[in-house]
Amino acid sequence: MSSTDTTTLVKDPGTDTASVEAGLDALDSVQIQRTPLGEVLRQKVLPPVLGVLLVIGVWQLAFSLELTTPDKLPSPADVWSSLTDLWYEGTLFSIIWTSVWRGISGFVAAVVIGTPIGLLVARVKPVRAALGPVLSGLQSLPSVAWVPAAVIWLGINNSAMYAVILLGAVPSIANGLVSGVDQVPPIYLRAGRTLGATGLAGARHVLLPAALPGYLAGLKQGWAFSWRSLMAAELIASSPDLGLGLGRYLENQREFNDMSGVLLGIVLILVVGVAIDLLVFSPLERRVLRNRGLLVTTR
Amino acid sequence: MTPALTTTEPATTSAADAAADRPAVRLSHVHKSFGRPGAATPVLDDISLDVAPGEFVTLLGASGCGKSTLLNLVAGLDRPTAGDIEVPGGRPALMFQDHALFPWLTAGRNIELALRLAGVPKAERRAEAERLLELVRLGGAYKKRVHELSGGMRQRVAMARSLAQGANVLLMDEPFAALDAITRDVLHDEITRIWAERKLSVLFVTHNVREAVRLAQRVVLLSSRPGRVAKEWRIDLPQPRRIEDSGVADLSVEITEELRGEIRRHVQH
Repeated sequence: MSSTDTTTLVKDPGTDTASVEAGLDALDSVQIQRTPLGEVLRQKVLPPVLGVLLVIGVWQLAFSLELTTPDKLPSPADVWSSLTDLWYEGTLFSIIWTSVWRGISGFVAAVVIGTPIGLLVARVKPVRAALGPVLSGLQSLPSVAWVPAAVIWLGINNSAMYAVILLGAVPSIANGLVSGVDQVPPIYLRAGRTLGATGLAGARHVLLPAALPGYLAGLKQGWAFSWRSLMAAELIASSPDLGLGLGRYLENQREFNDMSGVLLGIVLILVVGVAIDLLVFSPLERRVLRNRGLLVTTR
Repeated sequence: MTPALTTTEPATTSAADAAADRPAVRLSHVHKSFGRPGAATPVLDDISLDVAPGEFVTLLGASGCGKSTLLNLVAGLDRPTAGDIEVPGGRPALMFQDHALFPWLTAGRNIELALRLAGVPKAERRAEAERLLELVRLGGAYKKRVHELSGGMRQRVAMARSLAQGANVLLMDEPFAALDAITRDVLHDEITRIWAERKLSVLFVTHNVREAVRLAQRVVLLSSRPGRVAKEWRIDLPQPRRIEDSGVADLSVEITEELRGEIRRHVQH
């Protein structure tokens, strides 16, 4: 087709382009549909609930068949009555809160310390060479191992508890940020530099937001480590100064040979860990991933 | 049709008279090698090239001609081993084959970030971002997330983001290579329109001969390993052109022949 042909065929190339373009945009646009609530309930909520009911059912069955003595395996109803006892004594929430408060404040401190360490390790080569392996090593060290050291250094008190939380959580938070930064596609950094985002502006507007998914994964793991280390510390270190937390409650019930109390302690520790994950980290993570189009809706 | 032609021709004559000896981009004897001194591989060898203000130049070459390296040098992302690069108008804008939009921001916010980094005051950013989206015919897309846009729309947002830098030199590194043919045609029309409207100086890298001829006022053919300027063509066909125009096709045949000749030189004997 010659250029004169084009002229006769197309009266105004400007509006012609515009209309073709608008048509392409309409055809190619990605339609994002959110899953209806009913489907979410059926696919995401129902199965785990059924799973829990199944576990309780098996437990009840084992109890009814008298596989072992009731002082070793109490029934779900016994554990439930231990729970209601605590409720009526009015100590249930104070026990949970003592541990949760410690866990959360220790975790926040771990975030404040772990984030700059992670950034330094990720971006400064000599620091990375020196501290990178140490951080990875610390991450695989069970933080219970720090409890005796913390007790000798700091005594049996809250400081020792926080020290154990920090030693457990700081490496995972820092490592999460390091891997988040490592996974940032180089094209974003290049694009950022051409837009003039260098140095601190580059970190703030490009590097950190780009590393956010990895960082969040690190935070989530950091919380899990904080919670575990705290429970271990509370179980091992015993002092009236510490107050009654979940770990201490668990250990007390063991000393009283109260198996339903022990099981209740385990269940409460589990529930708190899962609840924080479900209420805080999962929604945050889903939001970040959905905004970036990284959440594949399975249907 | 004829009056439209004269308006789409770049209005550089008056500006060019004032700044005749001040090109938008000037490369003088640029060399670039990678690797350790002594064992370095030359990638670009003695490249001298001017882009006049308001000129549209395409750089054409096969693999290994150092096209992308050249653009990185002009963009200031890398330094030449020897030679000088002048970009008097300040840091140029750069568009990639990958749209490189930030997925954590909406389309509008991507543009606003560029405006912010270019020093545009906060109060003006929103309106300016909307104006730039209008310019690339994406008026309603301010709140769209990057993954909700099609490939062509993403490249148009990327174009708007590049323009938000306020640079008068636009470097483009095969920006349409990953798009389907129809979308690419449309974007050719758009870049031609915006180049004329904004009086941009464009240095456009491609390995697609027809695309080079469709867009440019001047096509520069680079040889490969190392990259050297092999030949140049002025394209006087009137804009807007279409990629299937016979003039475009004829010249493409001639340039393709040269390009194939350049590639043949690399046969190992």
